[in-house]
Amino acid sequence: MVEVTLMINGKEIKARKGAMVLEAAQSAGIHIPTLCHHEELTPYGACRLCTVEIIKGKKSRLVTSCTYPVEDGLVVKTESERVMKGRKILLELILARWHIDKAIELDHWPWTAKALLENYGLEQTRFQENTTMCILCGLCVRYCAEVKKANVLGFVGRGIKRQVVIYPELAVKVCPTCQGGKMGCSFVCPTGVIPNDFACIALYGSKKIPLAYPVREYDQDNIREILRSVGDS
Amino acid sequence: MTKLGSTADLEKLRKQILSKRDPKKSCIIICSGTGCKASGCDRVSVAFREELEKQNLVEKVDVRTTGCPGFCERGPIVVIQPEGIFYQLVEAKDVGEIVSETVLNKRIIDRLLYNDPQTGHKIVLEKEVPFYKRQKRILMDSNSLIDPVKIEDYLAIGGYSALVKVLFEMKPEQVIDTIKQSGLRGRGGAGFPTGVKWESCRRADGDMKYVIVNADEGDPGAFANRGLLEGNPHSVLEGLIIGAYAIGSHEGFVYVRQEYPLAVENTEIAIRQLEEYGLLGKNILGSEFDFKVTIHRGAGAFVSGESSALMTAIEGKVGEPQPKYIHTVVKGIWGRPSCLNNVETWATVPAIINNGVDWFNSIGTKGSKGTKIFSLVGKVNNTGLVEVPMGMTLREIIYEIGGGIPNGKKFKAVQTGGPSGGCIPEKYLNLPVDFDELAKAGSMMGSGGMIIMDEDTCMVDTAKYFANFLADESCGKCIPCREGLYQMLQILNRICEGEGKEGDIDLLEEIAEMVRDFSLCQLGATASNPVLSTIKYFREEYEAHIKTKRCPAFTCKKLVSYYIDPKKCQACLICQKNCPVEAISGGKRLVHIVDQVKCTKCGTCFEVCPARFSAVTRLSGEGVPKSVPAGTEIVRRGGG
Amino acid sequence: MVQNPPKTDGIIGKYEGDGSALIQVLLELQRENQWLSRDVLRMVSQRLGVPLIQVYHVATFYKAFNLVPRGRHVVVVCLGTACHVRGAPRLLDKVIENLKIKPGETSKDLRFSLDTVNCLGCCALGPMIVVDGNYHGKISSSQVEKILSSYT
Repeated sequence: MVEVTLMINGKEIKARKGAMVLEAAQSAGIHIPTLCHHEELTPYGACRLCTVEIIKGKKSRLVTSCTYPVEDGLVVKTESERVMKGRKILLELILARWHIDKAIELDHWPWTAKALLENYGLEQTRFQENTTMCILCGLCVRYCAEVKKANVLGFVGRGIKRQVVIYPELAVKVCPTCQGGKMGCSFVCPTGVIPNDFACIALYGSKKIPLAYPVREYDQDNIREILRSVGDS
Repeated sequence: MTKLGSTADLEKLRKQILSKRDPKKSCIIICSGTGCKASGCDRVSVAFREELEKQNLVEKVDVRTTGCPGFCERGPIVVIQPEGIFYQLVEAKDVGEIVSETVLNKRIIDRLLYNDPQTGHKIVLEKEVPFYKRQKRILMDSNSLIDPVKIEDYLAIGGYSALVKVLFEMKPEQVIDTIKQSGLRGRGGAGFPTGVKWESCRRADGDMKYVIVNADEGDPGAFANRGLLEGNPHSVLEGLIIGAYAIGSHEGFVYVRQEYPLAVENTEIAIRQLEEYGLLGKNILGSEFDFKVTIHRGAGAFVSGESSALMTAIEGKVGEPQPKYIHTVVKGIWGRPSCLNNVETWATVPAIINNGVDWFNSIGTKGSKGTKIFSLVGKVNNTGLVEVPMGMTLREIIYEIGGGIPNGKKFKAVQTGGPSGGCIPEKYLNLPVDFDELAKAGSMMGSGGMIIMDEDTCMVDTAKYFANFLADESCGKCIPCREGLYQMLQILNRICEGEGKEGDIDLLEEIAEMVRDFSLCQLGATASNPVLSTIKYFREEYEAHIKTKRCPAFTCKKLVSYYIDPKKCQACLICQKNCPVEAISGGKRLVHIVDQVKCTKCGTCFEVCPARFSAVTRLSGEGVPKSVPAGTEIVRRGGG
Repeated sequence: MVQNPPKTDGIIGKYEGDGSALIQVLLELQRENQWLSRDVLRMVSQRLGVPLIQVYHVATFYKAFNLVPRGRHVVVVCLGTACHVRGAPRLLDKVIENLKIKPGETSKDLRFSLDTVNCLGCCALGPMIVVDGNYHGKISSSQVEKILSSYT
């Protein structure tokens, strides 16, 4: 195994070549908060919480530690001023979508949302709330695709209209035998949006019933009307 | 078309083509780019062809439809060669006269000439038109000489001689060296040294490599790439094949946005013609170099123009940017080395090969060599495409070439670099256009959009416009861009609707900094530029909106009221008739009064009130005066 | 429902099994049928060998695709920066008022569909609306009604 040596928060760390900075930090006991990261899934780099400051020569930049490969001589700061300042606002934005007092305590997460927020001295968000409780971390979608290889959950739309949806005709076939609650979409969801009896709801036929709020079929009133008028429903 | 098996075949063909062309023969050149099409140039072309048939002149006079020469404000444009007589704003009804008078009898039709507003004189010849004269058109000039769907036209002006030189007289490393020495920097926005990019791609591991033309010009207000790709697709393709040879790639893609149907069509035709002639495919001209190109159409997403997103889209997946710490020149499409460059970058390559490094180095500044095509639009007299040497000042471009601000209005700001750029105020008008200079001023070169704003443009509304655009185009994958831009937009909306609060500007700056530092791709990272640059240079406008609920440019609807001055109103009934919500009362000889409750602030009354009365006023940040009682008679104004 | 089965079949057949052609296939189907029905999307998923979630993500990510039938006439208002500076928002308001639908929607009588686009590349002629591919440039709000009423 080829090893590289890098500095994280002033500590000299050895890591295998090809590993990401996040992995190197975690194995050295240095904590970096994450949300969309999971050992069984390919790094996604979407939540940006694991952002750290790296210094190469005279230049410093901010990168996500889950996708940045380790390098010899790399200097990493996981809690520099720039990082902390930005991370706080990032958390406030997440908070605007995810009501902290409604979050379910999930034992298998290394941290709870409350603990993280306390760390940054946050109680409320200054932003206009857009609470849907799904923070679009993509863990459920990626787990279903990469581990279960079922592709029952997916993304639709873009920007703020992006959401996770389920395809009922696939769900009916797959979900009843999947152990989503033990090691699947329901298990990896950090906000607890996907209820544990998910599979049972899907069993109720291929009718387009909205499943766990806000995981629902992508639809709009104008669309429904028009489709009905051309006989496609 | 017979396949060309060697350079000798190509030269023979070129000679053949030239021998059939008489430079002294009359030729009517009609611009048929998308802009002129929108102005009705097709009707003009049809009229010319019909007229020539009618007058039995089809053998004696040629008609050539070309791509966009750039002077879009004055289209449809017709140039009569060989004299080079320039006619603008031509309509189908002018055609008969043009043929009889100018083509046959060499007489000028005065009313169709361009009148230079600065001198008051009419200009006869195309090369004397100030708009063109002050430019340096190393790329755009060819647009008026060739019909983009006829490869023969491109060959007639020396096309593909650069390719021949490269394939038979230069080694790939030599080509890369030439481009490196030329100092060419990417014209897509980032300005990365092209030669260095090609070199990294060549050195990357892997046998299969790709070259890509990024024609996904999504910056609203920029259409330089459209002009080039529609008008001269061969120049881009020639550059692409040269680059492929230098890098060692045998497959290329042209990614064009589907909003440019003419560019897609013309490129498809060009590729087909190249394949028929054997200038694409296996063993090009006997050089043993194989290369093929396919077109990929975009489907309406600005973010897919980002290089990693574009490559993901070519793979058939959703065009979302990927975390990119390993460069795409090393791992791009399907994990293979991929070199992506902008349309303009590729089009510049043949010119450099043909004319040499020293020639290219002599144009531009120390850090930015060559020329750049800008789409000069907005509140400027001469809107269109302008190609200028790097180093020309903004003032020269806007006033000397652009002809200044229309309607006697005052210049306020120039926005460069599209949604990733910033607004530059008047005090920086002497800035030279140069990658580094524009970046220092808080903006960037971008793909060439240059939007001029005058005193009637609200800078807060402009920031809101860009935030809205970016929020709409954001792929939504990462939290900073998706949530951050959304929240910034909410704050800007509130400010423009008169609900701005103390602390809003600071909050905007805080979010903007985080979005800039934490976003996954450059869309998010540069999204803060419009907001931060307008706060930096026009903070007083933000403060007016927030503190006194005033919009100095009278743009933000909710902060503007329309009031008819009872002393000026002449009861002409025009505003009343045009008001879409019947909010204006009054009648013949009775003062017209706007019902402030019903008024939707559409501004129609302000637009239609005759200038000699100018009775409708716009108010902002102050209360509307109490209206006179209904039924008050007007004060008839004396005089003629 | 699958619109125009033989044509649709022909288009998909050209790219059979080629997942990387997903966007191009959908563009051709969109151009041919004006919209993409659920059944067509499922067909594309099966025959190109692409997971349904990917087909739907692509179909909802890009502005070019419609998952709803379109009106007989498509009205596009350009909201590019140059057009914006020349008053495009006011123009859009007028069009919305006239057609009584919002961007992205189709009128109930299937007469009109309204879209906005972020730049058509004809900035010198802004503000601009395009109806059925016919460009109308440099227009003011007062001309909107006349232009739209000519399209039945």
